[in-house]
Amino acid sequence: MIEFIVSLLQASIRAGTPLLYATLGEMITEKSGILNLGVEGLMIMGAMSGFALSFITGNPWIGILAGGFAGLILAFIHGFFSITLKVDQTVSGLMLVLLGLGLSGLIGKSYIGMVANYIDPIAIPLLSSLPILGKILFTQDLLVYSSLLITVFIWFILHKTSFGLSIIAAGENPEAADTAGINVDLVRYICLLVGGFLIGVGGAYLSLAYAKLWTEGMTAGRGWICLALVIFSGWIPQRAVIGAYLFGGLDVLSFKLQAIGFTVPYQLLKMIPYIATILVLLLSLIKDKYRLKAPSALGKPYFRGER
Amino acid sequence: MKKLIVLAVLIAATLLLLGCTQEKTTEQKKEFKAAFVYIGPVGDAGWSYAHDQGRKFIEKKYGIKTSYSESVPEGEAERVIREYAEQGYNIIFTTSFGYMDPTIAVAKDYPNIVFEHCSGYKTAKNVGTYFGRIYQADYLTGIVAGMMTKSNKIGYVAPVPIPEVIRGINAFALGVKKVNPNATVHVVWVGTWYDPAKEREAAESLINEGCDVIAQGQDSPAAQQVAQEHGVHSIGYNSDMYKFAPKAHLTAAIWNWSVVYDYIVKNVMEGKWKSEKIWWGIDKGLVGLAPFNEVVPEKVKKVVQEEKEKYLKGEVPEQYPFVGPIYDQQGKLVKAKGEVMSDEELLSMMFFVDNVVGEIPK
Repeated sequence: MIEFIVSLLQASIRAGTPLLYATLGEMITEKSGILNLGVEGLMIMGAMSGFALSFITGNPWIGILAGGFAGLILAFIHGFFSITLKVDQTVSGLMLVLLGLGLSGLIGKSYIGMVANYIDPIAIPLLSSLPILGKILFTQDLLVYSSLLITVFIWFILHKTSFGLSIIAAGENPEAADTAGINVDLVRYICLLVGGFLIGVGGAYLSLAYAKLWTEGMTAGRGWICLALVIFSGWIPQRAVIGAYLFGGLDVLSFKLQAIGFTVPYQLLKMIPYIATILVLLLSLIKDKYRLKAPSALGKPYFRGER
Repeated sequence: MKKLIVLAVLIAATLLLLGCTQEKTTEQKKEFKAAFVYIGPVGDAGWSYAHDQGRKFIEKKYGIKTSYSESVPEGEAERVIREYAEQGYNIIFTTSFGYMDPTIAVAKDYPNIVFEHCSGYKTAKNVGTYFGRIYQADYLTGIVAGMMTKSNKIGYVAPVPIPEVIRGINAFALGVKKVNPNATVHVVWVGTWYDPAKEREAAESLINEGCDVIAQGQDSPAAQQVAQEHGVHSIGYNSDMYKFAPKAHLTAAIWNWSVVYDYIVKNVMEGKWKSEKIWWGIDKGLVGLAPFNEVVPEKVKKVVQEEKEKYLKGEVPEQYPFVGPIYDQQGKLVKAKGEVMSDEELLSMMFFVDNVVGEIPK
């Protein structure tokens, strides 16, 4: 039984890590007031570019960086439309999904069925020999550990620095932020690009550390799960960790149960992340204590000097 | 600004379409052209790849012009098929179950063009169907797995619960049972045809539970890679997956579509074509096994060869191994000794045989 739980938790972290990167990326984007619905598109471009670059250079870490930059480039397109041109963010975001899926299929065609260099888990000396916890927490790959550091870093930036204040101001009340001398467009661009980079890394994690292969459409809807996760975690970075591991765990629970002889309809488990998000939304309506703190200006273009 | 959005959406749409546009190959004989519509990418070592090998074969053999469209979603199929018909292709092969109705619909409007749909059951005057009895190869791979397992637990990473998949699992399990009555086949459903990350998790769960041979029903080699990492063995599917797991990969149940494409194209070219329901097996060479890994002992190869001979010599019916006695998971006798399952029973199979562990989701 303990063995079952250990292997389930270990796998949950693995399955949750690509979600965590993308959720954190989307979260800081949204914190600054920009809604980027293109997560699925950014992730798949990240997965393809990451795999391709690891295949070409033989270095999976270059691949991870390339995945990040692919996400960043798509995010820049979104920024050009939604920040510079101030068009509808929903349309521009959705366009990125189509663009990402199509373009990754086209460019990635020649890398399907190839074998690249991957990122393997490493057991941390001493810590990994701890009973139970050692196997769950300390036999993962470096990107798992760095995702946790990034979570702490984002929390620190948001709540302990003046730049974090600027981000929150840009997302809550861009007019006031502008009056206070904050360059709203610049702040939003920075958050969007950094967020895009993280989402791209999440995609590259999928092809280089998790699935360890590239194939068309391999994100299989994880981008949409991440959009739900941002809401689920109430725009709070540390909660995203729990949410990502929980949703990742649901992904693997079905297989673990089947392997020991229980049959759970996989269709049901597939729905749970969305049901959980809806429940969190409902809960936030019922009780003030659980109110979700969505950035007030989320998704609204900011026109300077209109008032 | 609005114009820019429209432009951007148009660009996105074009790029998307490019993803599934046709690749034209050398034109040699103007009068005869064959087109292929694929559900997946041709480079994935899976289902569509296997069909494309067949396309290349007939192109070379007859010097005809062939074209293909890859990664065509079912919703797009009718448009793509119609385009080929409009361009005057002599024969159009549609290679996914979901293309059945679009194929029939387009065929109605082009009575002079021959359509061949793979794996379906609807035919028309100008529409034939073709498929292979891959379960015969699954049965042989089951023999390999049954003889190679030490833990007597064999894992099967299964895509979605449809008769085709269930038939394959059962044939595999009957192969295991033939040589190793104590071994069981443990099935984990992934629920999709294409999510390598999940296939990996499913395979890993099975290995954690003590399975030491992993078989699969999907296109991607994810399960093979996991087996390799854990030092257990694996059985591939659709095509030779050796290069992804050179230590783990024992053999694979594979397709050789060139046999059937050769037959059909020859008939069409000679004007002898008529609508048929082709369902060939190992004796015609449409299905078979990938080369054995060097770790497979002679003893195993010998048993497999003996069973294969039975098909080749016609000692067993095409439906073999689905010949009684066959018991289901509850121990109920489904087919009495010597009784042969009919093709209809095979095509609608929705139960597991007695040495399979796992349920069919309802």
